[in-house]
Amino acid sequence: MSELYQLDVSALAAKLAGREVSSVEVTQALLARARAHADLGAYLALDEEASLAQARAADARLAAGERTPLLGVPVAHKDIFVTQDFPTTAGSRMLAGYRSPFDATVVANLAAAGAVTLGKLNCDEFAMGSGNDNSAYGPAHNPWDTSRVPGGSSGGSAVAVAARLAPAVTGTDTGGSIRQPASFTGITGIKPTYGRCSRYGMVAYASSLDQAGPMARSAKDCAILLSAMAGPDLDRDSTSLDRPAEDYAAALGQPLSADATAAQPLKGLRIGLPTEFFGAGCSADVLDTVRAALAEYEKLGATLVEISLPRTELSIPAYYIIAPAEASSNLSRFDGVKFGHRAQDYADLSDMYKKSRSEGFGEEVQRRILTGAYVLSHGYYDAYYLKAQQIRRLIAQDFQSAFAQCDLIAGPVAPTVAWKIGAKSDDPVAAYLADIYTLPASLSGLPGMSVPAGFGADGMPVGLQLIGNYFDEARLLGAAHHFQCATDWHTRAPKDYA
Amino acid sequence: MSLTLQDIGRIAHLARLELDEAQAERMLTRLNGFFDIVEQMKAVDTAGVEPLAHPTAVIGQVALRLRDDIVSEPNRREANQQSAPAVENGLFLVPKVIE
Repeated sequence: MSELYQLDVSALAAKLAGREVSSVEVTQALLARARAHADLGAYLALDEEASLAQARAADARLAAGERTPLLGVPVAHKDIFVTQDFPTTAGSRMLAGYRSPFDATVVANLAAAGAVTLGKLNCDEFAMGSGNDNSAYGPAHNPWDTSRVPGGSSGGSAVAVAARLAPAVTGTDTGGSIRQPASFTGITGIKPTYGRCSRYGMVAYASSLDQAGPMARSAKDCAILLSAMAGPDLDRDSTSLDRPAEDYAAALGQPLSADATAAQPLKGLRIGLPTEFFGAGCSADVLDTVRAALAEYEKLGATLVEISLPRTELSIPAYYIIAPAEASSNLSRFDGVKFGHRAQDYADLSDMYKKSRSEGFGEEVQRRILTGAYVLSHGYYDAYYLKAQQIRRLIAQDFQSAFAQCDLIAGPVAPTVAWKIGAKSDDPVAAYLADIYTLPASLSGLPGMSVPAGFGADGMPVGLQLIGNYFDEARLLGAAHHFQCATDWHTRAPKDYA
Repeated sequence: MSLTLQDIGRIAHLARLELDEAQAERMLTRLNGFFDIVEQMKAVDTAGVEPLAHPTAVIGQVALRLRDDIVSEPNRREANQQSAPAVENGLFLVPKVIE
């Protein structure tokens, strides 16, 4: 008999639907587990009464005969999504004690589907970081080795799933913040096409890049969550796509091509391998693991094709110009007037702005605001910001050329396994360089996944990145699902949290 | 091209941030470290390339939507002000700006 925390979304939903267990019982069990493992730093806020009230409502819907794939299933949200029932900090002192008057659309969509909120999850401040060590509320710890980062910025989200503190969670991905922590903790995560999930109520970092997505133990569970999270929100998010969410879970069973057979379900699928992702910049343990996963894809019938994304390296400067530029604009709203931190002592209005912002924002956030303010300032806009936006188009066009030769693109998510907490704190540029394999898809707005592929150095998890063309989430999830039907990497749990 | 401490002071003011001397020095070192990797962008020929603001615009026109100009939200002043640092009689308080 499995403990409740060991069950994934699909298994929990089946038990809830069969009334073998109530949502209140599942919620209580997971809250107790979250409290018992508070030292992992996964959660920033728990509120038993708020969670149980939602669970009781879900139980009432179940009792009335309603059945949906998430009804009564507990999930937790990255603390970037605003919530009425829980505080929202975005990992920043700036928003300590902040309570939103409304729910983010993604939160509301999951609640409408019957999901119960377990709490809010640690992240890098305003989602700026790749180790969760930029959180004002302390680091989150990788359950595979608690001296290491879980990745970021959705680090708390990844820890919660990997340590079995939540069956599934939400994350956001601006430059890799779902895929990289998923890779570092051995879980599955998908960043959908830019605009698939509403950004309404997601604390903004870089508006032309920010995208929400699910993180869970399997592609199947991600499919269930994404179907509930995604969909048009046309009056509230001007960049929301006018495309209905698909039933991604139902699509998992569909053959990906006409050539598919039972033994070779991926026959006919062409997977492109960008030369630039398999070079000297990637460590040998990660490359070996990724290549072994690709060999498994070949066994499943897929064909591997060599492709080129020639401007991969340029995605680093382009991203770290565009994202800070948008951040400097978005974060100008934190002025200590309508919400957020206000300094105690100040001389006048201008002094109040400066002191409130300098006290409220951490160092990395201030660095990105300054970078952004600089590249947008008079005399530098054309040379930096516009140039970066032009390079962004070239990068996106390179993908379109590549997709003429293949259906999906695969490679590593990050050049190494998770590093030790603090190892990159003193060298932000080194941390930026480690984003090289996730930034190209981010700049292009393409959907991308991380799928557990095995273990690299020191027994740390390694993810395989899959990138699809626009709106191709169903094919991505399908390719991941078939891999997970043939392998068991995604079922492995860290030994102290199994 | 390298930034100077004076540049840092000017940008910090633009961004309404206050940095002490040590912070400004540290920021200077790190921003210059970052702009070293930005230099490679200069070599890219982008003549005639239209800047890409909305990513999916690379495969087709993205029309900016306008919603109807109607009242869609009720007045929720109390809820909206619950996290404000200083409020009186339903108004946000700020330091005096006009003598």
